Amino acid sequence: MPASAYHHAFFQAGDGMSTYTPVEDTKTGKKLAGPVGWLDERLGLAALGKKNLRKVFPEHWSFMLGEIALWSFVVLLITGVFLTLWFDPSMAETVYTGSYRPLNGVEMSVAYASALDISFDVRGGLLLRQMHHWAAHLFIAAMMVHMLRVFFTGAYRKPREINWLIGLGLLTLGILAGFSGYSLPDDLLSGTGLRIADGMIKSIPLVGTHISFFLFGGEFPGDQIIPRLYMAHILLIPALLLGLIAAHMLLLVYHKHTQFPGAGRTNENVVGYPMLPVYAAKAGGFFFIVFGVIAFLSATFTVNGIWIYGPYNPAEVTAGSQPDWYMGFAEGALRIFPPLEFNIFGSTWPLSVLIPGLGALGILFTLLGAWPFVERWITGDDREHHLLDRPRNAPTRTALGVAGMTAFGLLWIGGGNDVIALRFGLDLNAITYFLRVMFFLGPIIAFIITRRICISLQRKDHEVLTHGFETGVIDRSPDGGYSERHAPLPVDAQYALTSAKPATVAIEAPELVDANGVDAPNGRKAKLRARLRRWYYAGAFDKPTVEEMQHAEEHLRDAGQHPVDLGEDFQGVSETGVPRVH
Amino acid sequence: MRTLSTRRRHPLAGLLVLAVGLLITGGLYAAVAPKAATAETTSIDDIEAGRQLFLVGCASCHGVNAQGIVTEGTDDQPGNYGPSLIGVGAASVDFQMGTGRMPMAQTAPQAPRKKIEYSEEEISQVAAYIASLAPGPQIPDERYLDYESLSDEEIARGGEFFRTNCTACHNSVGAGGALPNGRYAPSLHGVEAKHIYEAMQTGPQQMPVFSDDVITPEEKLAVIGYVRAMSTEPDYGGFSGGNFGPVSDGLFVWVIGIGGLVGFATWIGWHGTRTKKKKA
Repeated sequence: MPASAYHHAFFQAGDGMSTYTPVEDTKTGKKLAGPVGWLDERLGLAALGKKNLRKVFPEHWSFMLGEIALWSFVVLLITGVFLTLWFDPSMAETVYTGSYRPLNGVEMSVAYASALDISFDVRGGLLLRQMHHWAAHLFIAAMMVHMLRVFFTGAYRKPREINWLIGLGLLTLGILAGFSGYSLPDDLLSGTGLRIADGMIKSIPLVGTHISFFLFGGEFPGDQIIPRLYMAHILLIPALLLGLIAAHMLLLVYHKHTQFPGAGRTNENVVGYPMLPVYAAKAGGFFFIVFGVIAFLSATFTVNGIWIYGPYNPAEVTAGSQPDWYMGFAEGALRIFPPLEFNIFGSTWPLSVLIPGLGALGILFTLLGAWPFVERWITGDDREHHLLDRPRNAPTRTALGVAGMTAFGLLWIGGGNDVIALRFGLDLNAITYFLRVMFFLGPIIAFIITRRICISLQRKDHEVLTHGFETGVIDRSPDGGYSERHAPLPVDAQYALTSAKPATVAIEAPELVDANGVDAPNGRKAKLRARLRRWYYAGAFDKPTVEEMQHAEEHLRDAGQHPVDLGEDFQGVSETGVPRVH
Repeated sequence: MRTLSTRRRHPLAGLLVLAVGLLITGGLYAAVAPKAATAETTSIDDIEAGRQLFLVGCASCHGVNAQGIVTEGTDDQPGNYGPSLIGVGAASVDFQMGTGRMPMAQTAPQAPRKKIEYSEEEISQVAAYIASLAPGPQIPDERYLDYESLSDEEIARGGEFFRTNCTACHNSVGAGGALPNGRYAPSLHGVEAKHIYEAMQTGPQQMPVFSDDVITPEEKLAVIGYVRAMSTEPDYGGFSGGNFGPVSDGLFVWVIGIGGLVGFATWIGWHGTRTKKKKA
């Protein structure tokens, strides 16, 4: 196995036992010394490289989720450049004469005609267009999964709050990039999406109509919006994305990557492999895997077959019109919100568009942006955190996250309610009524269940630590009773479990009244904070004390003292009876 | 051969020869004979036969004289157990019975397309009976159903009509769509040209009527041509998930994209970690 071979060589080199040749003495090194020296004298890269090329990153599969987003973005840039060579973002009218016969002779915009040409008349155009679209889907999906990982492990805590906000900015920009791209081909579906965006903008009281006229250069749809969106899509948004990605990664290097707790891992170190050559190779390889998965999807699955929709015409719409998946929750909110609108001083307030449309987006991003600061205020935790939480050890946070995911998922279902009704033979109205109730009930149920599961898992950890794990070996006592033998966890596992669990920050009773009987300033705020903190830590289960661990050690010491030896390697058995190795 | 020749004097041989001869003649006649009669050439017998069929299979809901059965209902919507069929024409009957929608299996928000219960002849008889009650839309002429003779331009023009009038419910490739309260616009894939035409003409169930003044018979033919083109077009970009729009994209990207890549990430993560591999 190459990795372990490297592992071996690496440590030998470290021990100074191998026949290590300094790079400058190798053949290649001698040849490159001149040019590299020339560059270093002018750019000073050696010092920078020496420090950063050997920078250590921890190893875990979940740390690669953000990488999926990064590599998808690279694929987006590459395929996007290809598409710009052929796409013509003009809303001028033309008559289609390309290869797709069912649209032959149909009047349409130049933008749509060129998008059709990319799909049918440019060699490899459809594959590249689909790669661009699938990569966009994957980009946003990967950002969301990455964000969930960061959320559930508490990786956004001090000192990484700003990077969390940058990530949120990236997500926002990613969605904007996706939406603007969705709108460019000017087919019936993309125009319908723009119409909804126009409706959302117009729902802003008083100024909405003016903003809409400003954005569209007149009455919807006008002939301005596609060139404008094109500028945003290929210049403005990618530039901002690139800048934020750079900032995101610089901060990642500056803060150092977080790691999961384990033996030898502390808040002050990072245990893992160096950037060069391990992560350079791994990340480089992962790029090709991401590229390959995108190419596979694009070669086998249609994404946004624009030819089936026909050119945009404001008078037309097609059943099954949906936004791309990442806007599904906003669409769902629009669909399930009950009608609510009033007129005041000759101005219409369409709340049934304003609240679910802009409200759903606004509330989601506000909550996400505020959370690290709200949590910090509640817990009063001002320490730096470089060790990740296991989700079970932060039950309230985990439960809140799952509640949020539930609400998001229910709205997302709402966005596809017509397709669900049709495919599963359900009643469209029944789905809507169900979702209206479950949007409020579902997250509460999810919160309660998740928190209970987390606390149960903590208790399980506690039990395994203090009473050992079940070996699956049944002892029969002389008087005929049966009992299962327990054995202590390996020390590494014990360390990982105990260090994973930071002690809760003590709850101080707020001083409501000072010594002279005067209301303390901020007394009410302190009371609220104390109440929230009690709620946040409710059911918290502290890790075993030193005494408990010592007791456990004594208790389990004789686990090995038995006629049937378990052996040093024995780590218990799996459900299927196979001895397992931790 | 031996068996045959030894038994040629059998008392029943003559009868057998007669039976075979009759079978051949009858079979040939059935195969070669001109197809019987559309609605225009119906006879009094057809109408009577249709009436008998109607009384058995349809009258319990539509009334013995096809006048419909009205129930109490609510103030703003009179109840309607089965609508009156006077004036719906042969086209309606041919559509409803020819696609298996009628007779309904049970009361439901909408009659689904299902197995056809009646033979073509029986359907034409019932159609003749209903057509005899009052003038109504006729079963379309063959020349308005010959979609295979359409040119690309005509099909594209049909597409314009389809997008303007049909896609809002039936989806841009005719895959169907949901309507309120458990109703739906059915898929148009695999529907006979005749039935698509009749549906436009008679407006069954939730569908509006597109009379010949609104969409002329030639335009109806073009629409049929476009629907057929959409059903037979290949999936140019690969598996399309039925062309229900972007909902299936989300499914694919999460299951195959994220699912697959998390699998790969786990694989990469497992290889090269400082896991202690103890000797077995």
